[in-house]
Amino acid sequence: MIILEDKNKNITLDPLKKVDETELTTLNFGPIHPATHGVMQNILKVNGETIVECEQTIGYIHRAFEKIAEHRPFYQITPLTDRLNYCSSPINNMGWHLTVEKLIQADIPKRVDYMRVIIMELSRIADHLVCNSVIAADMGALTGFTYVFQFREKIYDIFEEVCGARLTTNIGRIGGFERDFSPAAHKKIKALLQEFPKMFNEFKSMLERNRIFMDRTIGVGGISAERALNYGFTGPNLRATGVDYDVRVMNPYCSYEDFDFMIPVGSSGDVYDRFMVRNREIEESLKMIKQAHDNLPEGKYYAEVPEFYLPPKEDVYTKMEALIWHFKIVMGETDVPTGEIYHAVEGGNGELGFYLVSDGGRSAYRLHFRRPCFIYYQAFSEIVCGGMISDAVMTMSSLNVIAGELDA
Amino acid sequence: MALTSDILLSKVKDFLGEDLISSTDTFGILSVNISASRNIDLLEFLHKDAAIQMNFLTDITGAHYPDRKGQEFEVIYHAHSFVNNIRLRIKCPLPLENLEIKSATSLYSGANWMEREAYDFFGIIFTGHPNLKRILNVDEMDYFPMRKEYPLEDQTRTDKEDDYFGR
Repeated sequence: MIILEDKNKNITLDPLKKVDETELTTLNFGPIHPATHGVMQNILKVNGETIVECEQTIGYIHRAFEKIAEHRPFYQITPLTDRLNYCSSPINNMGWHLTVEKLIQADIPKRVDYMRVIIMELSRIADHLVCNSVIAADMGALTGFTYVFQFREKIYDIFEEVCGARLTTNIGRIGGFERDFSPAAHKKIKALLQEFPKMFNEFKSMLERNRIFMDRTIGVGGISAERALNYGFTGPNLRATGVDYDVRVMNPYCSYEDFDFMIPVGSSGDVYDRFMVRNREIEESLKMIKQAHDNLPEGKYYAEVPEFYLPPKEDVYTKMEALIWHFKIVMGETDVPTGEIYHAVEGGNGELGFYLVSDGGRSAYRLHFRRPCFIYYQAFSEIVCGGMISDAVMTMSSLNVIAGELDA
Repeated sequence: MALTSDILLSKVKDFLGEDLISSTDTFGILSVNISASRNIDLLEFLHKDAAIQMNFLTDITGAHYPDRKGQEFEVIYHAHSFVNNIRLRIKCPLPLENLEIKSATSLYSGANWMEREAYDFFGIIFTGHPNLKRILNVDEMDYFPMRKEYPLEDQTRTDKEDDYFGR
């Protein structure tokens, strides 16, 4: 944090007491501060160490995805969604695929749904692991961070085995997956299911009942359920306040209704509750992966949508029809049905929505991403005012604000 | 009794009367076209009505349809009732000459940034907004980039030296 001006002469201890503007210090928290974990700026007015005012500036990595999407065929929009919440790219990819499949009314095989659930829950675990370990790292406990990252690595190994990429995955296709899970992928999923709980229990026992951790997080950065709903909170941050809203249960997509899982909720919506909710969600996700992997149905790993799903390469060389489809898809010459659609999935941070207006042309007429981060980050100012600077750092990391999603 | 989109539509119809222009029900979401002047009235009614309890504003965004004369712009609200698990899309058409619509910030704090985004990209003026300025684009920008008259940069242009960017 760079101190711009220090005219602080008489430190008043009561944070709510009105102080003369000239006595306040202005602090720039961000845009390149290590604890913002992304490029966003918070201009804090502090009285001593107490935050009196907070003004946020965002948009540092705005890349105009909505504009670019209007000029691209549907399958080329998937890589754009990778770069929204880059901690859980597969969820964004599949959210987009599901939106298009809803528009073209594709009949998706059960196997695809289950495979998607496995990948989505894996990325949810990866997302929550980063967030939770970073909360601890921000208060000086770096051990957990380095520890859980070994397992994030293993999750990325699975993604690599499935699609070849690790972070910005571009996983799957409209209609299914580009290939079936390989035996190595199955082995890695099995190994993860076996090894993960042991590591995770250690991580939990390090922090969950840790006196220092609890003192630093309980009652810090809290928000009431009413305010959270008013601000449009979704995901773990809303559930930490006690509202059991989860898109996977309310509007099941991708066969989530087949699985047995719980929605953990908190009560006070503070940093500790968010941490606990995410931890419980990791366990629920693990349960779901196990169920999906054990009951993986037989069948095809892609739907019969030749207008959107690339044919096998050997067919392209030998069959006329496959060659035509291949050409049409790659050149983006496939017309799509007209329609207006809103599809939401439960992303790592909450309800990730795709509002798509299709006029029947080769690309989307209008595509809007409802990014959960963008909507709940505006509450940051209200949450941190009256608190300490060090608490603002932890509130920031516990909200899990991902700059890519914030700025789209 | 579960609230279905038919019941919801009839309630909206009763409340708005003439101001309900049209409605469609596609892909599982009821969508209503209403007069732009009644947007906040409707949101407030949906929020307060004991049977609907639509107290969550999912999204606000804009859209530009240059071919629709007199209603070139559209403000789109997505509201959600957790209690009844039903969504509603509210669309308010606006003419190019008068892009003013009432702000929802008095009802939903979350509308603040969503409306700033719609202003930033489409130039829609939300009256009553506490801090209506650009949010994602630079403050110096003097146009609204998501409008259809601004194309993406032509990829084949030769008048620009882009050697450093590998083009």
